[in-house]
Amino acid sequence: MLTRLHSRQDLEALRKELVNNRKPDKPRITICSGTGCHAYGCVKATEAFKTGVANQGLGDKVDIKTTGCHGFCEKGPIVAIQPGDIFYQQVKPEDVPEILDETIIRNSIVERLLYTDPTTGRKITHQHEVPFYQKQERIIFGSNGEIDPTSIEDYIAIGGYSALAKALFEMTPEQIIEEVKHSGLRGRGGGGFPAGIKWESCRHAPGDIKYVIVNADEGDPGAYADRSLLEGNPHSVLEGLIIGAYAIGCREGYVYVRHEYPLAVEAIRIAIEQAQQLGLLGDDILGSGFDFHVRITRGGGAFVCGESTALMASLEGKVGEPRAKYVHTVERGLWDSPSNLNNVETWSNVPVIINKGADWYRTLGTDGSKGTKIFSLVGKINNTGLVEVPMGITLREIIYDIGGGIRDGKKFKAVQTGGPSGGCIPESLLDLPVDFDELTKAGSMMGSGGMIVMDETTCMVDIAKYFLTFLEEESCGKCVPCREGVKRMRQILDDITEGKGDEKDIDLLERLSATLIDSSLCALGATAPNPVLTTIRYFKDEYEAHIKEKRCPAGVCKALIHYYIVEEKCPGCGLCVKACPQEAITFMGKKKPVVLDESKCIKCGACYDICKLGDVGKE
Amino acid sequence: MITFKIDGREFKAEKGQTLLQVARENGIDIPTLCHHEAIEPYGACRLCIVEISKGKRTKIVTSCLYPVEEGLEVKTGSPRVISNRKMILDLLLARCSKNKVIQELASQMGIEQPSFKPEYLEDNDCIVCGLCVRTCEQVVGVSAISLVNRGITKEPASPFLEPTIACIGCGSCYYICPTGAIKMEDRGDTRIIYNWKVEFKLKKCKVCGNYWAPERQLEYIRKKWHLPEDFFDICPTCK
Repeated sequence: MLTRLHSRQDLEALRKELVNNRKPDKPRITICSGTGCHAYGCVKATEAFKTGVANQGLGDKVDIKTTGCHGFCEKGPIVAIQPGDIFYQQVKPEDVPEILDETIIRNSIVERLLYTDPTTGRKITHQHEVPFYQKQERIIFGSNGEIDPTSIEDYIAIGGYSALAKALFEMTPEQIIEEVKHSGLRGRGGGGFPAGIKWESCRHAPGDIKYVIVNADEGDPGAYADRSLLEGNPHSVLEGLIIGAYAIGCREGYVYVRHEYPLAVEAIRIAIEQAQQLGLLGDDILGSGFDFHVRITRGGGAFVCGESTALMASLEGKVGEPRAKYVHTVERGLWDSPSNLNNVETWSNVPVIINKGADWYRTLGTDGSKGTKIFSLVGKINNTGLVEVPMGITLREIIYDIGGGIRDGKKFKAVQTGGPSGGCIPESLLDLPVDFDELTKAGSMMGSGGMIVMDETTCMVDIAKYFLTFLEEESCGKCVPCREGVKRMRQILDDITEGKGDEKDIDLLERLSATLIDSSLCALGATAPNPVLTTIRYFKDEYEAHIKEKRCPAGVCKALIHYYIVEEKCPGCGLCVKACPQEAITFMGKKKPVVLDESKCIKCGACYDICKLGDVGKE
Repeated sequence: MITFKIDGREFKAEKGQTLLQVARENGIDIPTLCHHEAIEPYGACRLCIVEISKGKRTKIVTSCLYPVEEGLEVKTGSPRVISNRKMILDLLLARCSKNKVIQELASQMGIEQPSFKPEYLEDNDCIVCGLCVRTCEQVVGVSAISLVNRGITKEPASPFLEPTIACIGCGSCYYICPTGAIKMEDRGDTRIIYNWKVEFKLKKCKVCGNYWAPERQLEYIRKKWHLPEDFFDICPTCK
C-alpha cells in the first residue's frame, strides 16, 4: 500500500528515498515487454530470467524489470543490462543461462546476441550506438526502457510528477496555458491544432463543469505508438492530463481507450489507482486544494470514434457518430459541456514542456511544428519499430538511416503517412522535411503517426483500393458523401484493378474526391480521398497502365497478370508441381518442361516464388 | 441581432438561428432531404450546403446546422455549391436510381445521366436520412426504431430486425419519409407497417363505423394526456 503524499515536499522526500534506495552498481536486467516483444515471446524469456536467477542463487544480486516498448520491435525480444548499457536482441529463453553466466557473473559480453550493423558488419554493444537509435530524439519515449509501467515509484524516481508539482505550486493556470502555447505543441492525433490555443478556448468557455479527455482510440492500420506509450509509460500521459485539467479548470477527465488494447487498459488502470493512493489524483492533490478524478472508458473498436465528436457521443453511451463542429467541442462537447480532447502523445508532451520549459522545447522541430513525433515505422522496411524523431527530419533519414532501408534489397516505391486517410509519398519527395505543414502540402498528413513503407512490388492502385475498402467499412454512414462516395470510389478502383477501367474514371475519381473533401460531415470523409488523390498525383502512369493497357506494372492485380512456363528453360524439376495448391501444373517426366493449365490457375504465385531458375514467368 | 448576407442581400437574425432558417423565412430556396422543422437538424443529406466566407477564408457548410454569424457572407448557388450538390445527388441517384423523388431532384439539378456505370445503380428507396428514427424519438417519444450498422450497411430498423414492441403504429415514420421508403398499409381493421414487421388493430368510430386510427396509438395519447376512457370512441370527423 502506498502512503498518501500531502505536499510537494512529501513527493520530493519520496523521490529522494527511492533514488537513495537504488544501487546504481547492482546489475539490472530490463526486458522489453511491449507489443512487438510480446509477440516475439518476451513473457517466456522473462520467466526464464526469473527461474535462472533463482536457480543460480542470484536473487539479491540482480534486479529483473519488465518495461514498455523500447522501439526496436524488429529485433525483439530486447534485453538491456545495466550498468553498462548492454543491448541484447532476439533473446530466447534458451539464451538466458548464458546471459546470466557470462554477463551477470563474469561481466563479459555474449557476442552472438549483440546487434550487427548490416552495413559495416560490426557488432554493437550499447543501445545508443545502434544506428536505429542514433538519429532519434526520444524525449517522450526514451524513459520507456527505464520504468516498469506498473510501478509509480519507478516513474517518480526518474522525476515523474515533478512537472505536476511545479504546475500546481509555481504556476497559475494562465501561465501554464501560456507556456504550452509558447511551446508550439500541436495536437498529435491528426489535425495538428495548437494545443495551447485549444486549452485557452476551453478555459474561457462559459460553464462550471468542464472535461478533459485522453483520446487513446488509435485505429490506423499499422499504428501502435499511442498504445505503446500507454503500455510503457502511462503515468506520463496521466501527469499531462492532470496538468491540463488544472490549467483548463476541470475536475473530471476520461481516458477513452480501445478495448482491443488490453495491456494499455490495464496499465492506465493501475496508474490511476496508484496515483490516487499517493494523492496525485483525486481530492486535494498534493495538498494544493485542486481536485481531479479520472475514469476509463473502453471503445468498441470503431475507427470513426477517434474523431472527437464521435468519441464524445460514444463516451455518452450513444452510437459513435460525429456531429458538425460549427460549435466547437471546447465550448460544447461531452454532455454539452466545454471539453478538451487531446491524443495520448500530446498529453505526454506536457510534463516535458513544463519541466524543461517552452523555450527548450522550441529548439526541437521546425518553424510550424515543434518538438518530436513518434512514428510507427512498418511495411517493407528492415527495422520495423517505433521511432521518435524531431520534427523536420527528412523521410529519407527515417527510412534509410533509422529504418535501415528496404527489405530484401528491393527498391523503395512510396511511403504512406497518416493512416488510411493519409497519402502515399513517392521517392522524389524523400527529402521532404517531416512536419505537419509539409506533409499536408504533399497531399498527405501527419495523422497519428503511421508510416507504411512500400517497395517496388506494391501496386499503387491496389493500395488505394485497400485503404478505400478500410474506410468504406469504417465510415459511420451518416452523411451521403462519405457513405456513398467512398463506396463508389472503391467500386471504380475495383474495376480498374480488374481491367474494367474506363478512361473517364480518373476524372470521376477526382470530382468525387472534391465533393468528399468539401462536403463530408467529418474528417473521415474529408480525408478519405487522400490515398486516391496522392496515388493519382504521383503514380498516374500506373493508373493509366491499368486502364489503357490492362496491365499491372507491379504484377499484383490478379485479373491483369498470368503465369506461364518458360518451356525452353524448364528442366522439369517438379518443385512447382508440388507447390501448386490447385494441381494446375502437370509433371511430364524428367528433363521435360512441366505444363501449366491456366484454367485451373488461381494466380497465387506459389510456382513463381518457388522456382529458383526463373522458369515460371509472370506478366 | 446578427447582421449577415445571403447572396448579397443583408439580413438580420437572432443569435442561434441557422442559415437555413433565415433563408427559408425569406423565401430563398435551399434543397433539403433530411431536414424537418419539427426535428433537430442532423446534417446527413448534405444537400443544403452553402459556401460561406468571412475575410479570406471560404468553406462549404451545411446551412441546416450552421448558426448565423456577424459579418458572414453566404452564397447559396455558387459554382462550388452547385458542383458539390450535383455530385451528392448523383451519388443518391446511384443508390436510389428508380426513386421518383430522387430522379426529380436530380433532373432539377440538370443531371441527365448518372455519372456512375449502370451496373453500379441500385434499386433502393431509403437514403438513410434518419428522419423516421428521429421523429419516432423526438416527436412521438417512443424510439421504436433506430439506425443500425454503419457505413454502407447503415439502415433504419427495428431492434434485432424483430417486430418492434415499442411501436404504437402512429405511422409518423411513414408520413415523414421524404422518399417513400417506408411501406405502410391500412387493410380493413388492420394497419401494417412492413418495414418494422408490425400490425395494429384499428379503432372503429362509434358513429360512422370507419376504422380511423390504431388502438395502441390512441391508448398512448390518452394516457399521456390523461384523457377520459371514451375520448377516442368517436372519430374526429364525426365529433
